[in-house]
Amino acid sequence: MHIVVCIKQVPDSAQIRVHPVHNTIMRQGVPTIINPYDLFALEEALRLRDRLGGAVTVLTMGPPMAEDSLRKALTFGADRAVLLTDRFFAGSDTLATSYALSMAIQKIGESWGTPDVVFTGKQTIDGDTAQVGPGIARRLGLNQLTYVSAIGAVDLAARTIEVSRRAEGGVQELATRLPALITVLEGTSEIRRGRLADALRAARAEVTVWNAAQAGITEMTKCGLRGSPTVVKNVFAPKGRATKASLLDTREKTPGELAEAMMARIFDALPGIEGDLLAHAAQY
Amino acid sequence: MSLEVFDAIVIGAGPAGNAAAYTLAKSGLKVLQLERGEYAGSKNVQGAILYADALEKLMPDFREDAPLERHIVEQRMWMMDDNSHTGMHYRSDSFNEEKPNRYTIIRSQFDRWFNRRVREAGAVVLCETTVTELLKDTNGRVIGVKTDRHGDAILADVVILAEGVNGLVGQRAGLRQELQPAHVALAVKEMHFLPEEVIAARFNLKGDEGVVIEAMGTITKGMVGTAFLYTNRESISVGIGCMVQDLAENRVSSSALLEAFKAHPSIRSLLEGSEVREYAAHLIPEGGYKAVPQLYGEGWLVVGDAAHFVNAVHREGSNLAMTSGRIAAETVVWLKRRREACSAENLAEYRRRLEASFVMKDLKKYRGIPALLHRNKHFLDLYPRIASRAAQIWLRVDGVDKRSKEGEIVRDLRAARGWRGLVGDAFKVARAWR
Repeated sequence: MHIVVCIKQVPDSAQIRVHPVHNTIMRQGVPTIINPYDLFALEEALRLRDRLGGAVTVLTMGPPMAEDSLRKALTFGADRAVLLTDRFFAGSDTLATSYALSMAIQKIGESWGTPDVVFTGKQTIDGDTAQVGPGIARRLGLNQLTYVSAIGAVDLAARTIEVSRRAEGGVQELATRLPALITVLEGTSEIRRGRLADALRAARAEVTVWNAAQAGITEMTKCGLRGSPTVVKNVFAPKGRATKASLLDTREKTPGELAEAMMARIFDALPGIEGDLLAHAAQY
Repeated sequence: MSLEVFDAIVIGAGPAGNAAAYTLAKSGLKVLQLERGEYAGSKNVQGAILYADALEKLMPDFREDAPLERHIVEQRMWMMDDNSHTGMHYRSDSFNEEKPNRYTIIRSQFDRWFNRRVREAGAVVLCETTVTELLKDTNGRVIGVKTDRHGDAILADVVILAEGVNGLVGQRAGLRQELQPAHVALAVKEMHFLPEEVIAARFNLKGDEGVVIEAMGTITKGMVGTAFLYTNRESISVGIGCMVQDLAENRVSSSALLEAFKAHPSIRSLLEGSEVREYAAHLIPEGGYKAVPQLYGEGWLVVGDAAHFVNAVHREGSNLAMTSGRIAAETVVWLKRRREACSAENLAEYRRRLEASFVMKDLKKYRGIPALLHRNKHFLDLYPRIASRAAQIWLRVDGVDKRSKEGEIVRDLRAARGWRGLVGDAFKVARAWR
């Protein structure tokens, strides 16, 4: 089977700084990483390939330096990598990004066989929208399975796949027809360490680099800033919470007295909650 | 599965490893470089000053795209006591030259750039790959490496160990001894961020000019060590290091020394208002010439910190690393061209070439210094105090006549060490320095 995994190179959020005046993220000098959720998507793709055979193609859109992320994906064991890079893509929002990626996935299909499954992480840690995966599915007419926590049985003959999906209040067991797009949750499987042979191959591999035209993209108005209706109205850094921890003197008090004192403190801090609690308690 | 064979494997992607791999790859050899960090520089710690000359000999055009912070126009050398410093400053506009001689750098950025050039030169570079052991044939000849990744060993005609101060691979292979506390210093440093214009105003700088402060004295509490403060573009690196042996004997932690150094009145105001965003610690092989291990053997060479190539007196290390890496690689290339094996006998040429370079000449020149300082703790404690007191007497205008002041200074000196002590100290230093 042919599996495409969309990854994104993101700034390492553990080391990011916010500009004190403009409130924008200062990316300069901040190390980049593969979006952590995408690593789980890649791992699931590799496991599926190891199980059923076939190839994994990794795709990213970004500046030329995003090649580092692709090479890393190859180190994990992906078979080929495609970098979609063009100055026309600068400033893309999720709508423009999903357009460009869907076109590139089509092109990948023409070049190396139509993908049976497209994987993405559940969202990126820099945008946090979780929109690009579903956007690609919609544009390519793929069945979409979001927030997937486990991949189950795959029947290539019947062209079906079963997955577990995290939903509010539980886990859904779903089956759908291939081709499908799956967005993967964190922690689904342990991420492998690439074999030495894969690492050597990755170090030498040629990453396929496509500009817009090479990816078959002709409608430039759908790309980059021009194709992005999203407008950033305001950027602000969240204020630290002003509420301070409150300490109770625990000396010479029984647990009952402490509980009383703690509730009194809570009712002081959140007036009104006492009535709600009493009403709730009255029901039982 | 067939084993892949390289002309050379370089372990490590610091200045020494990068210089070696770059030189080998440029000469058309098939090179594999292995680095345990996520990327070259991710685990590397230095003050850090780049001495241009060593890099220029590899890449004359490095200034075009290397990530450099500031070029040094002023050097301050301070002898510090508890609340003062007696200094010698040298600042010159001639350091504002077309090709400056020294720069401050940030190693995580610089090493990454350097390693990119290594890859562009044609070397195969694997990061996040730790060499676990050297592979030897039945005659004990090193023929390759094993890594922590699943898969076969990788073979090579020669393995260059540029693995840094700890030298764990070499140690495990029995090529060297375990690190001695008397041979390494433990240095800690912090990166203090400040706006560019604040640094410029505080240190009297314009453009990319930078200042270096090297300090010694009571800040190391009688132990052998030095402290430093370097100006980067938007940050100040401040750190202090002492010999591990001294730290252990005195039960002092490096971080406590750094806190005290930062609180010193001469330093505090320079760091005021800054934000600390990085903290790092590293061992520095400061044992000098006597700590240099065996440098070559059957199928292997050792370069850089792993070979203890650090000139502690002049605060030089990365330039010795790059130079030794280059010379090691040149030796291998020379043997390859002559179609000769990388046997211990042939690789002895590496040592001969090093002996002819500043690397070994400088280490030899100062070979007595580490022991001298260890045995004469008062050098870094008593003399800074005497200098400070003399300056106080000399500069304070208080109605005392100058001849009496001179007399007081001389009496002070004599009381502190006695004539014999002073002459003896001068003699010892002169002998170690010569």
